[in-house]
Formats: sequence, structure tokens, C-alpha cells
Amino acid sequence: MVESRTRSAASPDLPHPSGDPRFALIDRTLKRFRFQQDALIEVLHTAQEAFGFLEEDLLIYVARQLKLPLSWVYGVATFYHFFSLQPQGEHNCIVCMGTACYVKRAAEIVAALQTAYGIEAGQTTPDGMLSITAARCLGSCGLAPVLIVDGQVLARETPETAIAAVQLAIEASAAAGNGRSSQLDDSYDEEGDL
Amino acid sequence: MAVITMTINDELVSGVEGQSLLTLIREQGIELPTLCHLEGLEARGGCRLCLVEVQSTHRLLPACTTTAQEGMAIQTHSERLVRYRRMILELLFAERNHVCAVCVMNGRCELQDEAAKIGMDHVRYDYLVPELPLDASHDKFIIDHNRCILCTRCVSVCDSVEGAHTWDVMGRGVNSRVITDLNQPWGVSRSCTSCGKCVQVCPTGALANKGSTVAEMVKRHDFLQWILDGREKKQWVMQNGGSEGRR
Amino acid sequence: MKRSDLQAMARRELERQQAVRCRLLCCASTPCLSSGAATVQQALEQAVTDNKLDAEVAVVSTGCMGPCSRGPMVTVQVAGQEDIYYENVTPESAQRIVVEHVMANQPVAEKIMPSDLPFFAKQHKIVLANSGLIDPERLEDYVARDGYSALAHALREMTPEEVCAEISKSGLRGRGGAGYPTGLKWDLVRKAPGEKKYVIANGDEGDPGAYMDRTLMESDPHRLLEGMAIAGYAVGADQGFLYVRGEYPIAAKRLEKAIRTAERRGLLGSRVLESSFSFRIDIRIGAGAFVCGEETALMASIMGRRGQPTPRPPYPAQSGLWECPTLINNVETFGNIVPIIAHGADWFASVGTAKSKGSKIFALAGKVDTTGLIEVPMGITLREVIYDIGGGVGEGHTFKAAQTGGPSGGCIPAEHLDTPMDYESLRALGAIMGSGGLIVMDNASCMPDVAKFFMEFCTDESCGKCVPCRVGTVQMHRILERITNGSATAADLQILEELCTMVQETSLCGLGQSAPNPVLSTLRFYREEYEAHIQRRECPAGVCKMTEAPTLALMEALPRRIRELGTIPMSLA
Ligand SMILES: Cc1cc2nc3c(=O)[nH]c(=O)nc-3n(C[C@H](O)[C@H](O)[C@H](O)COP(=O)(O)O)c2cc1C
Ligand code: SF4
Ligand code: SF4
Ligand code: SF4
Ligand code: SF4
Ligand code: FES
Ligand code: FES
Ligand code: FES
Repeated sequence: MVESRTRSAASPDLPHPSGDPRFALIDRTLKRFRFQQDALIEVLHTAQEAFGFLEEDLLIYVARQLKLPLSWVYGVATFYHFFSLQPQGEHNCIVCMGTACYVKRAAEIVAALQTAYGIEAGQTTPDGMLSITAARCLGSCGLAPVLIVDGQVLARETPETAIAAVQLAIEASAAAGNGRSSQLDDSYDEEGDL
Repeated sequence: MAVITMTINDELVSGVEGQSLLTLIREQGIELPTLCHLEGLEARGGCRLCLVEVQSTHRLLPACTTTAQEGMAIQTHSERLVRYRRMILELLFAERNHVCAVCVMNGRCELQDEAAKIGMDHVRYDYLVPELPLDASHDKFIIDHNRCILCTRCVSVCDSVEGAHTWDVMGRGVNSRVITDLNQPWGVSRSCTSCGKCVQVCPTGALANKGSTVAEMVKRHDFLQWILDGREKKQWVMQNGGSEGRR
Repeated sequence: MKRSDLQAMARRELERQQAVRCRLLCCASTPCLSSGAATVQQALEQAVTDNKLDAEVAVVSTGCMGPCSRGPMVTVQVAGQEDIYYENVTPESAQRIVVEHVMANQPVAEKIMPSDLPFFAKQHKIVLANSGLIDPERLEDYVARDGYSALAHALREMTPEEVCAEISKSGLRGRGGAGYPTGLKWDLVRKAPGEKKYVIANGDEGDPGAYMDRTLMESDPHRLLEGMAIAGYAVGADQGFLYVRGEYPIAAKRLEKAIRTAERRGLLGSRVLESSFSFRIDIRIGAGAFVCGEETALMASIMGRRGQPTPRPPYPAQSGLWECPTLINNVETFGNIVPIIAHGADWFASVGTAKSKGSKIFALAGKVDTTGLIEVPMGITLREVIYDIGGGVGEGHTFKAAQTGGPSGGCIPAEHLDTPMDYESLRALGAIMGSGGLIVMDNASCMPDVAKFFMEFCTDESCGKCVPCRVGTVQMHRILERITNGSATAADLQILEELCTMVQETSLCGLGQSAPNPVLSTLRFYREEYEAHIQRRECPAGVCKMTEAPTLALMEALPRRIRELGTIPMSLA
């Protein structure tokens, strides 16, 4: 869901002192906002896109750059549900729990996924394969209940089709043999096309 | 400064333009509970205990954040207001784990005080019984989240008076919690100067000196005015001879 | 760009459009995309190329056409003929549309959605006038439909006072929920002292089950920008912010592109249309917090802080972003500005009712035949919306309730189906207009469970600043949980009702103040359902499982009382 929202075109910025090129993305956003403290949320968006989640080091880096207190940055990062301080699973399944989907029994889908994978909404399986998230309306209410599996919107789901879709995603990547790194590549690609 | 007149509980009173309703009400000797506001810190309107009825609007307004205005007519202790205050206190007692009998602030706690004053002798709501930690990693102080009412006085004093901004709030809703730095143990916080201001302003037993035992902790607030007057007016006048701050 | 350049651009684009014999409009808004609109568009393009029709047929991706549940939608426009709508288009039927309809003039009958259906006939499109007809990513398409001429007109021919007066005269009221008169708000900001002022478009759209703001942003982004620019001119602001909900990346992307195009053409940025008026617009992306739809929380969020509301007064019009006077309106409110300036306040005021003017977009969802996005004149009855436009609840189902206003709103029962949809009538029923979510429920919905659903939402979304909302919503949720699992007592219901009024009256912001509405409204119209749950441990709709034994409630109460002993505040003697 956290799709590309950095606006500047990809440019060959110099690598960050830490050697991790992803910091260059953060630096670019910092520069675009001229290091203004008000830009904290935008910077966190960029950081999460680049790294997948907000590690402690990353929060410290952002706090230093914006000259903000650590607790302030932590407070903001934990207030908004978009930001995650834990690594996310290789695959993710977002179940809409908005009103329209609730009326069309999305709760049964969540329950079925919970039983099938042993985790609750908001959690990641211990093997890091799957995260299940509940969302509040994905803006496709006409097609309720709605599900997003690895970025693909699926409409008019049932518990059975939902599990089948998740299983398919997991098996596909198991066959291909790698998942996580390709996700990161995706976010770079999206960077480029804007 | 212009003088304004208004009615409080059907009595005509006069005050100064720009004053908060709360100041004006207290000047009349009327007691109003305030668990989040503290004179000298920025008013926030969070606890909702200081709500008053204002005749010109159907909404209840917090006295701490509302500016007194010419011609206002307010009620501070209507049956409805007292009932709501009691319910809010019950909600606070139910939210976390308050066991006064073993609390460092027993007998001097603002929350407990207000509950006693209003005659709150039982709680009709579910105790939420959250599992919350106690952090004793700091050399001098402890924070017991079980007693915290999220008034954020600690956040405010540490930011605006001490200038360290060690505290902030994480999460939201009922899962909010006050944190030091990156939600690290207070003891490893590099921003904390150990000044103790947060401990002094905390209304409950959440923040206390390390080593205090049951009913032992005494807090004072007078340093706030001392510092603020010193900063603004270059005047250092200790009120009440510098003894216990509250009351 | 000057006004004459604008007219030239419109002329060129119209010529370009008339050069083709036929336009195939393909909905590329989110719901249709999730039903496979992208492959349909590819198939259309492929078929056009295969049949060497490139010179005479254009395939255009547009915004939402309305009947989203029937998507993917395709409209065929042939010069001199009425538009024809196709529903549930697949790549195969796309091929047939090109071959049979476009080439042989034989429309594919079984895929046609008749345009005389009440679904279309009862609508009145003011805000969505362009939606589904233009390519949202092309400025020219918008300009060809008179885009930016209202802004040009306002800048040249009207003073800021006159713009405010025109909006006031139109009777437009805020579409974000509360229905505050827009003209009045603009005038307040205009008159507020201050050098620097801001305009904010609220596109946070937090109501879970509504997506009209999203559609407007995705389908006609320039209309929103033009409306904001007119507002900026009227109130004296040179900076605007568009706050887009984090879940809407496509909307954000299109708006971003639209802003850049408009700036490049001199329609935004410095010296708009070569006048002395400058107006920049920046986008801010939300990060997943319903409360950030509340205006003061939204401003905190724009300033990079925790999205917690602050007490009003001061209102944003006096002191908003960075303590400057700030105008904040809903996205749909801004969508009404251009037509008002273009066609006049009187024209606008002729639609709707005495106190609610114009049209309202609803996201019709739930148990109705055709779900989707509809724009209807204010004052239309709920019955017309559900049975005519939506096509009813379907054979064998009984209408039970329509929920408006999401977590801040209420449920309307069958006996009030003839209520006109306007601000006052809905409020009188304990529901609200809200932002336009309209969810239809049939007998399969259990009302206490619905109330629990919304209360859970509120506990999740409460910012935690004030006690009544932070703890009160959790307590109310607990009681509703007991009601729906069979362990509630009569006393619980009483405590619930008391809490409702208290939270309503004492909470700091609208979230807490309106959180009890779904409970109060279901209690008002479906009290017997609550009683069935409590007294007979029955769920009439068969939704609640009633897994807890009633005795448990008593047992639970016991340790509660004992624990209380430890926590009763000590006497201070
Ligand atoms: C909890 C809460 C959520 C809100 N969410 C939205 C929202 O998603 N979109 C919106 O436009 N207004 C929302 N509002 C209303 C705004 O505070 C504000 O009144 C509105 O944006 C003003 O615009 P209008 O006058 O054009 O309606 C919300 C209010 C509250 C209290
Ligand atoms: S903080 Fe106050 S109310 Fe809470 S347990 Fe301690 S004394 Fe009692
Ligand atoms: S002791 Fe002083 S510096 Fe440390 S947290 Fe408390 S107020 Fe802040
Ligand atoms: S620790 Fe004390 S001062 Fe800080 S929020 Fe909790 S109760 Fe208030
Ligand atoms: S009512 Fe709820 S959302 Fe609003 S300020 Fe209070 S706690 Fe926050
Ligand atoms: S409620 Fe699920 S998409 Fe809107
Ligand atoms: S003291 Fe006024 S709201 Fe807490
Ligand atoms: S999204 Fe295609 S018709 Fe609404």
C-alpha cells in the first residue's frame, strides 16, 4: 500500500557514509523539504518505503537530521498506523474491514486467515513469510469484501478464495526461491517512473 | 488591561481580559478539579474534569483552555457536571491499575484526592487491567505506568521548562504510553538531566523518587512559578515560603 | 498562459477529439481496475490496432463512471449518437465491442447497461460532471470542457469579496460532514487579519466505506485544484495543501502530476494566468489515522506532529497552520466551486432543498443490487436512492437499515425510507449526512453487532488525548461485546446509555463526540434487538454466537467488586 510517493526523479546521489544506498533516498526527501522539522511524516514515509520498516537506527538518523528529540520522532512514528517498527512478512495480505466489507462478512475472512496461518491481523508469521493486516476501507466498497495480496486488489472474496490467493502468493515465491529482495527492487522501480 | 464582567454560578464577578476561565473561577475561591492542567504549563484540555456549562453554547467547555469573555454566564457545579466528573474519574480508575493501599502517593495523590472529594466510592466499569511495566532504571526516579493517567504534564514540563524533551507519548488511544527517548529505559536516556521536574508535577504515583515507599512521596509544584517568573520577569519570589507546593 | 491561450488550448483539443469518429472510454478508477479494467483497456487498444482503426478511434482511460460493481465499465462515444455504456466488460467482449459496435455499428446487446435506467436518470451530476468522461491525466481534456475558465473569470472579473458573496449566495454547505456554510467560512478567513494564509483540501476520507473523495481526486484532479485556487484568491492565500489519505496512492500520484502540469502551464504557481495572484499547492500524505480528518488534527499532521486535535476556539479560520488563518474544506466542497463560479449561484441554488443546496455524492454500498458512486440532488428520498438507483436489496431479502455518516452517523430504519436526504432531516433521525457513505443492510445484519463494529473502530482510532473518548469508548465496546456474546445484564444497558451521553458531551473533538451515535441510533430504532440479546440471549439476525453463559456475567462481577476494595480511594482523614 505504501506505494511510491517520493516525487523527485531518481538521480545518482552520492552513497551515504554508512554505505547503504537507501539512505540517499531519505537524504533526498530531507533536502527537498530543506530539513524542516515539519517534514517529519514525509521523511518517515520515505524511510519506510526504502527500508520496509522503521528500525531504531533509522529513527535516530531522522531525528538527528531534523534536529528533533528522539521521543518526538518515536511518538509520531507510533501514532500513525502506516508506520511499522517491525519487519514485515515477505508477503502481505490486507483485509478490508471497512463498513461495506464488514456488512459483506469480511470478519469471516479474517477469522479464516487467522486459523489458517496462526496469526492475528497486525502480526507476521514467525518464519517471516506472511503479514496479515486489517485496513479500514480500501476505496473499492462496491466490490466488497476486498482483499489486497502483495499489492493486488482482489474483489468479492470468500474465506476459501482468500486463503487460496494467499497460498498461491506464498507458493509462487517459494518456487522462485526469493522474495524479499525483489520487493525492495520494486520500490526502486516505482521511484524511477515518477 | 481591560476589565470584564461575567457571571459564575449566578454571581456577578469581574476579571481581566485574556484570563482563562479557570483562573477566574479559582480567584472566586471555587474549587475545580484539574488533572491535566497545572498553572505554569500550557493548557491542553485533556482530562475534561474542568468542564463548565457556558450559557451561550450548548457545548461544555474546559475552563483551562477557554478565555473568559465579557458577559459570559457559566455554571461550575451543576448536577450534570458533577455526575460527568465522577464518571470520568471512574474511567481513569478503571483504565490502569490503581491500588492505593500500596501506592507511594497514597494520601497525597491528586487523582485519589479528586475521587474522594466527589465521593466516588466504587467503579461501575470494567477494570481493563492492562499489563504495564515499571521502569526503575533511572538512578533517582521510577516510572510506574500502572498509575499513569496520561495527563502529559511530564511531557510538557520537560519540554517547555527544562527544555530536554525527554518525554513524549507513543501509540494512540487506550494503548498510549509516555516514553523516554526511543521508548528506552529511562536510565539510559541521554537527554534526561535528572532534574526531577517531571516527577514533581506528576499528579499521581506514576512518577516518584526511587526508594519511596507507600504513602511517602511528597511533590511540590512551586518551582514552576519560580522558574517561569525568573525567566520572564527576572524576579524570584518563593510563594508559601517554599513548602509543599500543592495546597 | 493567458486566458486566450486557454481558449486556444480548448479549441485545439476539441478539434483533436472531433477528428476521431469514435472514442472508447475505459474506466481506470480503482474499483474497475480491481475488476480487471487494465486488461480490458489493453484488449481495446489491441483490437483497434489490429483492425487498423488508430486514425479514427481513440481509446481513453477515464475516471469512475458510477456503477462500480458492474465494472469494468466502458463507454462508447460515436459522433452524432448517444453514448452507450457497457458493463462487466472482459477482454473478449472488448474485442467484440470494437469489431461489432465500432466497425459494424451493431452494439453488443448483452453487455449494454441501458442509459435510461434510474441509476443514470435519477442522478444529477454537478461535481462528477467530468468524471468518467475525461482522461484525468490530461490537462487538455479538462480544459476542453471549460476547465480553468472559472478561475480565469474570477481573477479578471471578480473581487475576492464578490467570490465569497457568490459562494454564500449559492447556499453551498461543507460536504465534509458538519454542513457549515462554505461562503461564511471563506469570508471569515478573508477578513481574518494576517499576511500569510493557507487553504487546505481535506482528502483524508476516513469514513470506512466511502470513497467519493477518492474518486473525485482520481477522476477529475484539475477541478479540485481549480477550486482550491479560486478559494486561495477569495481568502487571500498563496499556499494550499492537499491532504490525501495514505491508502490512496493513485489519487496522490494523479494530483501530483496535475499540479506539475498546471504549474508548468502557468495555471498554478506564481502569477496565475498572468495575473498578480500566486498560488502553490503541495500534497501531504496521511499515514493511517482517522482522527486526522478532524481539522485541527489534520493541521497538526501537516506540521509533522502527532495527529491530535486541539480545543476550538481558536478556529482554523482565526489561527490554523503555523498560527495563520486557514481555510479548510472537504475535497467535494471544493469540487462544487468551479460549477458555482461558472454557472452562477442561482443556478446552483435551484438544485436541492431550501436549506441544503446542490447535489451530494454518495458511495452506495452493502446489500443493494448496483453499488457504486452516485451524485443525487439534495432532498431525494432514501427510497429512491436504494430502490430506484440502487435497484433494491434483491429478491428474497428485506431491507433493514441504511447507515449514513460512518462511525459518526446512524442507522435509518425502513419506516423512514421516505426521509429526504438533507442535512437537517438526517440529523433529526440521529443519522448524519456525513461525508457520504451510504451502506445498506438487510436482515442478515445484527444491529448491536453493527454498533459494536463502529465502536471498535472508534477505540482503534481514538487519539488518546481526552479521557472520555480514550477510556469511554473502550468501556462501551466492552459492554457491546457482552451484549453480543450473551453475557450482558440489564444494568449493562443502562450504563451503556449513560456513557453514551457523557462521552458525547464531554469529549474534546468530533470523534469522541460522535462515537456514541451508532449505538444511540440503533438503540432508538432497534431497541428490541438489544433486549432480545440481553433478556433471551437471542440474536434475531443470527449473527451473534452467544458463546458466554449469562451466569458468567455475575461471576465476573464478583471478583470485580473485590478488586474494587483495593482501589477505592482511601479516605483522607
Ligand atoms: C473524527 C473526524 C473525522 C473527520 N473526517 C473527515 C474527513 O475524512 N474528510 C473531511 O472532509 N472532513 C472530515 N471531518 C470534518 C473536518 O473536521 C472539517 O469539518 C471539514 O473538513 C470541513 O470541510 P467542509 O466545511 O467543506 O465540510 C472529520 C471530522 C471529525 C471530527
Ligand atoms: S496513583 Fe493515586 S489513585 Fe492511583 S494508586 Fe496511587 S494513590 Fe491511588
Ligand atoms: S528528570 Fe528532568 S530532564 Fe529528566 S525527564 Fe524529568 S523533567 Fe525531563
Ligand atoms: S507520568 Fe505522571 S505526569 Fe506523566 S502523563 Fe503519567 S500521570 Fe501524567
Ligand atoms: S475525542 Fe478522542 S480523538 Fe478526539 S481528542 Fe479526545 S481522545 Fe482524541
Ligand atoms: S469498506 Fe472495504 S473497500 Fe470500502
Ligand atoms: S484541567 Fe482542563 S481539561 Fe484537564
Ligand atoms: S470505478 Fe469504474 S465505474 Fe466506478
